[in-house]
Amino acid sequence: MGQGFITLTRKEILRFWKVSLQTLLAPLISTLLYLVVFSQVMGQRPSPYGGVSYAIFLVPGLVMMAMLQNAFANSSSSLVQSKVTGNLVFVLLAPISEGEFLAAYVAAAMVRGMMVGFVVWLTAWVFIGGVVYSPLWVMVFGFLSIGLAGVLGVLAGISAEKFDQMAAWQNFLILPLTFLSGAFYSIHSLPTAWQIFSRFNPFFYAIDGFRYGFVGASDVPPMESLFVVAGSGLALSWTTLVLLRSGWRLRP
Amino acid sequence: MSESLPAIEIKGAQKNFSGLQALKGIDLQVETGEFFALLGPNGAGKTTLINMLAGLVRPDSGVLRVMGHDVIRDYRAARRALGVVPQELVFDPFFSVRETLRLQSGYFGLARNDDWIDEVLDNLQLMSKAEVNMRALSGGMKRRVLIAQALVHRPPVIVLDEPTAGVDVELRQTLWKFIRRLNTEGHTILLTTHYLEEAEALCRRVAVLRQGQVVTCDSLEGLLRSCNAPTLEAAFVGLLQQGVD
Ligand SMILES: Nc1ncnc2c1ncn2[C@@H]1O[C@H](COP(=O)(O)OP(=O)(O)OP(=O)(O)O)[C@@H](O)[C@H]1O
Ligand SMILES: [Mg+2]
Repeated sequence: MGQGFITLTRKEILRFWKVSLQTLLAPLISTLLYLVVFSQVMGQRPSPYGGVSYAIFLVPGLVMMAMLQNAFANSSSSLVQSKVTGNLVFVLLAPISEGEFLAAYVAAAMVRGMMVGFVVWLTAWVFIGGVVYSPLWVMVFGFLSIGLAGVLGVLAGISAEKFDQMAAWQNFLILPLTFLSGAFYSIHSLPTAWQIFSRFNPFFYAIDGFRYGFVGASDVPPMESLFVVAGSGLALSWTTLVLLRSGWRLRP
Repeated sequence: MSESLPAIEIKGAQKNFSGLQALKGIDLQVETGEFFALLGPNGAGKTTLINMLAGLVRPDSGVLRVMGHDVIRDYRAARRALGVVPQELVFDPFFSVRETLRLQSGYFGLARNDDWIDEVLDNLQLMSKAEVNMRALSGGMKRRVLIAQALVHRPPVIVLDEPTAGVDVELRQTLWKFIRRLNTEGHTILLTTHYLEEAEALCRRVAVLRQGQVVTCDSLEGLLRSCNAPTLEAAFVGLLQQGVD
């Protein structure tokens, strides 16, 4: 990874930083609103895991949801914007390899995801309190999951040629996957059909494993989640890299 | 680098866009140090050919080289050797002029490039706009930045795709002075323009493209002689009429 990668990463970070009202503050507020509303409404219900209050159960799921959505939004919307306005040409003219290109967009997406996630968690920790059962699991799942979402964002960004196609990705894939991921509930509380559906959703494993790092309990063993998250991340990165190398939609 | 190495080498370049044959087998060679004009009516395929050289469009078949580097197999070296001013007026609204040029330098592996950036800004009379956001620039100013961006990495081969469209007289003169200087310093220049007096004044060799084919490729004098025309414009009009069945 050379100077080209460093510069492209820096540019992508500057891009969201310069509009941080929209890219950092807005998601922060919406996530905190979820937190307030759900912990108030659902707080009386028995917690999915014994010994852990619903609010404590909820926080890791919301943090992960915010991280996933923001990492995805960063790489995808930056790419679509650059394609529509035509300024992606400046990157495409440069001696930057497909690997560097992918890595730079994903790295910047991860930085944004982590910033949003960290502030949400910190705020929740101040007002609700909380525990960290295993910082290592938290970091492993945090890192891999935002990486996965960032790669998915790159894939969406190169495939979408207009803003409405991007909106379709958001509404028909990302939103359902993040909401049906067990962020608000344990999947054991779902009807069997939905439980099975959740088992095909990598974001479910991201949240379940991440939550395990905080509360020490989970719906599936963390090793299984790690396997799924890392595996789908690798498969998706490979697919994206192959598409980039083929020039699909970027170099017609 | 040997004297005889061509700056641009294109052999049998073909490109179809969903049925439309944009380029029908182009052979073209531009020698190092030349000031070369690529002319042709709208839709002839000039931009497509340039985009292929730059790696922005993939050829269906054919070989393209910049300073001897294959634009696909050896794309890093080929792109480092090439500076392209795109035809479309594109810019990144998030950044100022100087930020834009620093980023472009970084993409080309240059972490510290401020001396050269200042020189380019100065030569394109952009110094007073250096800290202005791209969004706030007029069209002509944006065009100047596009030109500056193509030059940040001091490419030996410079391709200008209609650089003077929508540009005032003053910039045209300063731009050509600067580009001429780069040419005398050894940079190879490939220019497309619809202002034929401009091409006539600047270029020593000319290729004319029509419907994806090279109609002629000759020295300026040779072209005027063979067309028996007093000006490039007269020769150009004659050539295009000849071709019409
Ligand atoms: N991405 C694309 N998809 C489909 N058709 C394309 C694409 N790019 C170019 N074309 C077509 O290829 C032909 C050549 O276009 P090109 O832009 O190379 O012409 P040009 O010589 O640069 O014209 P101008 O002088 O107007 O800039 C045109 O018919 C154009 O419509
Ligand atoms: Mg053109």
